[in-house]
Amino acid sequence: MKIAIQNGTIVNNNEKFKANVLIEGDRIVKITSDEIEADVKIDASGKFIMPGLIDMHVHFRDPGYEYKDDIISGSQAAVAGGVTTCLCMANTNPVNDNASITREMIRKARECGLIDLMPIAAISKGLGGKELVEMGDLIEAGAVAFSDDGLPVSSSSVMRAALEYSKMFGSFCISHSEDCSLCRQGVMHEGKVSAILGLKGMAREKEEIAVSRDMLLAKLTNAHIHIAHVSSEYSLKIIEMGRKEGINITCEVTPHHFSFSDDDILQNAYDANFKMSPPLREISDIKAIREALKSGLVDVIATDHAPHHNDEKIVEFDRAPFGIIGLQTLVPLTLKLVKEGVISLERMVELTSANAAKMLNLKDKGRIAEGMLADIAVIDPDIEYIYDEKINRSKSINSPLFGKNLKGAAVVTIKSGKIVYKFGE
Amino acid sequence: MSYKRKDLLGTIDLSTDEILYFLDAAKEFKNLNLQDIKKIDYLRGKTTINAFYENSTRTRTSFEIAAKRLGADTINFSSSNSSVNKGETLIDTMNNMAAMKSDIIVLRHPSSGAAKLASKHTDASIVNAGDGMNEHPSQALLDLFTLREFGKSLDSNTTVAIVGDIARSRVARSDAWAMNTLGMNVKIFAPTMMMPKNAEVFNAHICKNMEEACEGSDVIIMLRIQLERGDGDVSFPSSREYSKFFGLNKKRIALANKNAIVLHPGPINRGVELNSDVADGEHSVILNQVESGVAMRMAILNTLIKNRG
Ligand SMILES: [Zn+2]
Repeated sequence: MKIAIQNGTIVNNNEKFKANVLIEGDRIVKITSDEIEADVKIDASGKFIMPGLIDMHVHFRDPGYEYKDDIISGSQAAVAGGVTTCLCMANTNPVNDNASITREMIRKARECGLIDLMPIAAISKGLGGKELVEMGDLIEAGAVAFSDDGLPVSSSSVMRAALEYSKMFGSFCISHSEDCSLCRQGVMHEGKVSAILGLKGMAREKEEIAVSRDMLLAKLTNAHIHIAHVSSEYSLKIIEMGRKEGINITCEVTPHHFSFSDDDILQNAYDANFKMSPPLREISDIKAIREALKSGLVDVIATDHAPHHNDEKIVEFDRAPFGIIGLQTLVPLTLKLVKEGVISLERMVELTSANAAKMLNLKDKGRIAEGMLADIAVIDPDIEYIYDEKINRSKSINSPLFGKNLKGAAVVTIKSGKIVYKFGE
Repeated sequence: MSYKRKDLLGTIDLSTDEILYFLDAAKEFKNLNLQDIKKIDYLRGKTTINAFYENSTRTRTSFEIAAKRLGADTINFSSSNSSVNKGETLIDTMNNMAAMKSDIIVLRHPSSGAAKLASKHTDASIVNAGDGMNEHPSQALLDLFTLREFGKSLDSNTTVAIVGDIARSRVARSDAWAMNTLGMNVKIFAPTMMMPKNAEVFNAHICKNMEEACEGSDVIIMLRIQLERGDGDVSFPSSREYSKFFGLNKKRIALANKNAIVLHPGPINRGVELNSDVADGEHSVILNQVESGVAMRMAILNTLIKNRG
């Protein structure tokens, strides 16, 4: 079957031009300004044709907490957000610390057939922070990186060994940067708002100390460290310094950290849908994150899609779990950065797919070009809609944007040459 | 001047008029409490529930007496023998209580924001009797009532020092917000680890020592100290050390203005934050606070019942 996407603007990390795209099988076979014949024609007038988004940080809660989301609902939410590749974190139950779980996750996603699921395996067995997982075996099974996300590795020796060992297999570690000895049962950012609300705060330094440590361990081991969900201005300064020194350090930020601040918790009277870890920080941090998105310091935008059941979130703020869903709000929130002039469309592609493809060594993803895998998001920057039950594909609704008006969305998502999502259908 | 809302959740958004309304209303009830027969039937046929998820004999008793003096049926519910341990959510519990046709739920809860959450999800009127480290509005109102009773003006002519665990104190927050609104001069003082980061939000002068806190103050509000904390914070070295550097004694109070008064939300740690020579001395109005507390709570319950129509 042949699919043609016509009259749209192709956006890559370094170019933007009008052309028609022909897809045959699972590949992009032709990019041309000529009319093309095809079985299915998609009119993309006024829309952007971008590489299918790659989300380096999601939690599908499968196995173990399928009532929050599972690999199927997670995949559905992903493609509804234009995301065709997801890296799933290991804090499932049982933990993804062995090859059989990794294989099962990949198998289930393939059967569902909407996205490519690439598991991130745990760094330590049972997320215990002590014994390393069988990294070689896990890589063979399909794992692409290692992280004890959610539970930081507190021992520097274990983290050092993880970096050294993962490097042997050409892989890398992802740091959930948190020095928990500075936690003090904090539930939000420590600052003015926590002082007003009487909620226990988490100091920025809790993150910055851990970013520093893991960066120094990358320096020690010459390995690649990727810092997940950077939320503070000073963390970015530390990363910038490390880059200049030649340390192999990359980082991601989430849409919620560049869109909201702790002040939203004040305005929304303890709504636990604004509770996440790392917590929403201050305007100065948002500014720094936006600056780093612009300058190139940030490599990747990832959602940290973290579904929690509504029953778990409509509770006292300090009792609610950390995290919000994000797959379907990734495009509108990132487009907002484009509209506000923070980043260009090309940079958006770099941040949402091209850089991740490079980091993960996915040679046929992250670019709209002949011969590439036909993973494509057709994005309408102007479409307006309410993000509600009809649109939401996750099993959970824990988003501060749920029920709100959004602008911009993926209107058609194509995975390996198959249309896997159409807006409104 | 009146108060028209369904709940009383905090002082942070109370207007000057609303604060003064409660103070005036409490005055009537204070007079009633001085009569031989202390009962009035304003709340006859109404039901109030004291839902206490945290122990507080003092506050609970005060609300219970207040409700009973107004003729309400009042029920006490405490978490130790409640459904909380069976995993029921706060919203479910509140809804169950509302379904039993209770008019007012007086809620004490260890989580900041719990009263707001409860008010959003139930029809019953909620009185916040202390939520986590957030607010304790009836305490602030009775503090202000006591100030007025002892001749302190509720404006910029009066300087109040709040001393103790500012970071975790709901009394400090409620007092500070209300005093800010009234335009009073507020000073705060605490050992650094008991002072929140960004304490400037309290719009208060941050003192460097007890002497500075006491000097020139018309009112000193001492907070209750809990030296042992199970919340991961580094605990204070000792009560001896606390008393030495942060306690209020006769010598320090001599630095305050003439006729200065000392308040404390109770129960007192004698010899720690407050020496007995002060607690039982001429400046102490702690028992007056307790007495006025009943009147203030009667005013609050009566107002909310009226607002229910
Ligand atoms: Zn994380």
